[in-house]
Amino acid sequence: MSKFKKKSESSQDIPTAALPDIIFMLLFFFMVTTVLRETEVKVEQRIPRAEQLVKLEKKKLVTYLYVGKPKDQDAFGSEPLIQANDAFIGIDGIVQWVQQEKSKLSEVERDQITISMKVDNETKMGIIVDVQTELREANARKIMYATPQKSEDN
Amino acid sequence: MNAGSMADIAFLLLIFFLVTTQIATNKGLTLLLPPKQEEDEPIEIKQQQRNIFKIQVNSADRLLVEDEPLDDIGEIRNMVYDFVLNFGKPSDVRKGKAEVSDREVYESLPPAMKSYITRNLGSAESSDGPSGAIVSVKADRGSSYEIFITILDELNAAYNRVYGERVGLTDEEFRKLNRNDPRQKALYDKARAGIPKAISIAEPSSVGG
Repeated sequence: MSKFKKKSESSQDIPTAALPDIIFMLLFFFMVTTVLRETEVKVEQRIPRAEQLVKLEKKKLVTYLYVGKPKDQDAFGSEPLIQANDAFIGIDGIVQWVQQEKSKLSEVERDQITISMKVDNETKMGIIVDVQTELREANARKIMYATPQKSEDN
Repeated sequence: MNAGSMADIAFLLLIFFLVTTQIATNKGLTLLLPPKQEEDEPIEIKQQQRNIFKIQVNSADRLLVEDEPLDDIGEIRNMVYDFVLNFGKPSDVRKGKAEVSDREVYESLPPAMKSYITRNLGSAESSDGPSGAIVSVKADRGSSYEIFITILDELNAAYNRVYGERVGLTDEEFRKLNRNDPRQKALYDKARAGIPKAISIAEPSSVGG
């Protein structure tokens, strides 16, 4: 009856013994490259792209400021707001916030603090200029407009 | 030992990190703001008009470059390049951290740039020399951030091209110099000596446009 039944001797299974090792390797890669989100961004962030980007070398000196329309427009309205750390701050709160951030750094590094601004596409320049004036006032002169790299084809 | 479930556990962790990962983006356009203005400071020194390259943006995102309307933003890059390297009346005064005068900057340029300058530039109506050349951007309060970034990008492109060509690199290679490496840092400093990146963001007027 079972004349045609194959009698293969080698097993058909793929050896899976090495699989955990491979997965672990991937896992370690992501663990090492991961930066857990420290703050939840509460404003819209569609950031315009640019071409001539510079990479910041000292990450410790960078502090982030987010500007854009609030995501929760029912609660906060539709005008662009400034978010620092986890809360919205007004224009007049910036100087104090910068002093706070500066005090987290060592004394020699204080003047080198870099403010990285992540600003939404649709924001008007008025608020940006106001922020800049305040940063000047707070003596945080190094600023960076964080932007993603423009791709080659457009 | 039964290692079969090991892969599942690792997978679970892997997926967790995949989801929470945000590869840090520490890239962008840098800008150095002018120092805080003291109140008893004398009113700003009058800069000669020819040493200022004016870019104005109105609330409809239309550009006025050197008092003439401009439609193609991509042209700014070449205009600023020519403006910075104009050498209309280079001075011998040594300025800045590097103590380099305009004339010394000119001497340090590679032959290709020198011949370009003598052939095409040197106009009396444009900047006297790179040490005094200022690019001023005045954006209306109602203009968009997007156009501001585009302009800033163009200005950086112009300066990076000047710096890069001065030491025989392309603008991209210059941008990617790693300043933690002493050799590359020396090249970077050499490229920038005497040519300050003077981009000024003027206070906007609240009306008009």
